Amino acid sequence: MTTLGTRRPVSGLVEGPRGHRGWVRPVIYAVLVVLALVWVVPLAWAVATSLKPDAETTIAPVSWFGSEVTLDAYRVALEQGEILKWYFNSLLTTSLITAGTIVTASLAAFAFSRMRFRGRDLLMWMVLAGLIVPFQALIVPLFTQMTAFGLADTYWGIVLPQLASPIAVLVFKRAFDAVPRELEESALVDGASMWRIYWLIWMPLSRATIAAVGIFTFVIAWNTFFWPFVVTSAGSLFTIPVGLANVQTSYGALYAQQMALAVLGALPLLIAFLLFQRQIVQGIANTGLKG
Amino acid sequence: MATATEPLTRVAARTRARRIRDPRTGRAALLFTAPFFVLFVLFLFWPVLSALRTSLFDDSLVGSATWVGLENYAELLDDPNFWASMWHTAFFTLLSVPPLVVLPLALALLVSRVGRLQWLFRLAFFAPYVLPVSVVVLIWNWLYQPGFGLINSYLTSLGLAEVNWLGQPVVAMVSIVIATVWWTFGFNFVLYLAGLQEIPRELYEAAATDGATPGQQLRRITVPLLSSTIVLVTTLQVIASLKVFDQIYLLQLGTPGPENSTRPAIQYIYEAGFTQYRIGYASAMSFVFFVVVVAVAILSIWLVRRAGTRTVVSS
Repeated sequence: MTTLGTRRPVSGLVEGPRGHRGWVRPVIYAVLVVLALVWVVPLAWAVATSLKPDAETTIAPVSWFGSEVTLDAYRVALEQGEILKWYFNSLLTTSLITAGTIVTASLAAFAFSRMRFRGRDLLMWMVLAGLIVPFQALIVPLFTQMTAFGLADTYWGIVLPQLASPIAVLVFKRAFDAVPRELEESALVDGASMWRIYWLIWMPLSRATIAAVGIFTFVIAWNTFFWPFVVTSAGSLFTIPVGLANVQTSYGALYAQQMALAVLGALPLLIAFLLFQRQIVQGIANTGLKG
Repeated sequence: MATATEPLTRVAARTRARRIRDPRTGRAALLFTAPFFVLFVLFLFWPVLSALRTSLFDDSLVGSATWVGLENYAELLDDPNFWASMWHTAFFTLLSVPPLVVLPLALALLVSRVGRLQWLFRLAFFAPYVLPVSVVVLIWNWLYQPGFGLINSYLTSLGLAEVNWLGQPVVAMVSIVIATVWWTFGFNFVLYLAGLQEIPRELYEAAATDGATPGQQLRRITVPLLSSTIVLVTTLQVIASLKVFDQIYLLQLGTPGPENSTRPAIQYIYEAGFTQYRIGYASAMSFVFFVVVVAVAILSIWLVRRAGTRTVVSS
């Protein structure tokens, strides 16, 4: 099966210079192991804290284990129930953003790659300009506009401004451009419309690109803080990043609970990452631009 | 004979029909681009124009706006807090770009020297990137706590003095940069790995056969062939760092930081708009900030292009 837009997988072995002396490799291993441990410590410490009784978290000098291992902090965090609501909001908005980005970007890229029309160059320039527009700087006019539309404090208010993704258009276009024109010629001769060609030939061929753009968009949208934070004031609409932003102040010194919530907030994407490490790394590398 | 010519004429007729209305031209194309561009114009393009217009008014979220011309811009020029916040953004960028360009490169190069365990290191270094900023902030705020925080507790047991990580100027910004490096490191790391992957392994094999040392291979093969990735990572990092808001705002609990030493430009704009309801003034600052970021972006893209041509010419 032919697929579009695949590079050599990053998930394979990456190789470097050859012919090291015997002692070099052990030293490299040692350095990497130490650094990897340093990298893992913050997460491990969060997990260790979350499993302690709350009263024992603020004892100095620190120890990694409390008098007992308890899931109390998780029980309390889940019983309050808010995080379940945040999960739902994040899943809903992120799914809409991901699906919407794939559809709008692939349609536009298809036109740019396969059709000739007036204004094509102008529109292409707009896409390129969109790459460097600092979305964060537009937060005030964007919010007044959403208020005027009556979309502040709604799911659509969170979703709509995150849909137009210039980088996704470029990634799709790059993939589409790489395919020979003969592929659609026979379908055209048979009188198929461009919609049919897009839907029946191109989309099935582009599964690798769809996956890459989808994963990238999902990770970015799931973690987006600023815009949902600005456009929602009702707690019932909070996403994971927005809801957890209030934990630090509202939970005060209850560090076991703070860390339990942090672990719960990290869990969905961490699990997804462990399961789909290959695809996620590939998706990020192929898309290669952050929002 | 008739049976043989008949399909040919049908094809010819169809070809003629296609010349008249080729589906690959005209209105249909605009329909394909419409969903994207409607959203694009409404939520990216229009806010830029809107900011420009609003910045000329003394506007608030409630009540009517009065035309003030360039007064907002005049005020901004004399507002020390605005320029302080612009400096904090620049300071964060200066502190965060070098480690986020160099460290992931160094680690990607090291990881490329190890065999089967590569996936394990990739897992460890990339994992923090998938965390939401609020989780990163909860964890690092906890690590930075005085007394019973992990870092200070270890410092004390080593006989060293505690550090007030988030509570004193300069140190606070460095602490924020450390947390940021830990968090976003994985993205650049993966881009470098992708770049390294593109280098044909045959080059190393040939060089090794010809007696080139690993050091020479690194200088003559890896670095030149990776230069476009290095420039890309640097550009993306500069633009990303200029947009900083989330982790600073959250680590400092929405305050300007110790002695007003951390508040970035976007936070100051946010406060003007959403806590003081000065929409006109916030828009003027947005627009100035917008122009600065776009200018820096264009400058770095220009540098990328130039570096790119140089690489092609020299190789």
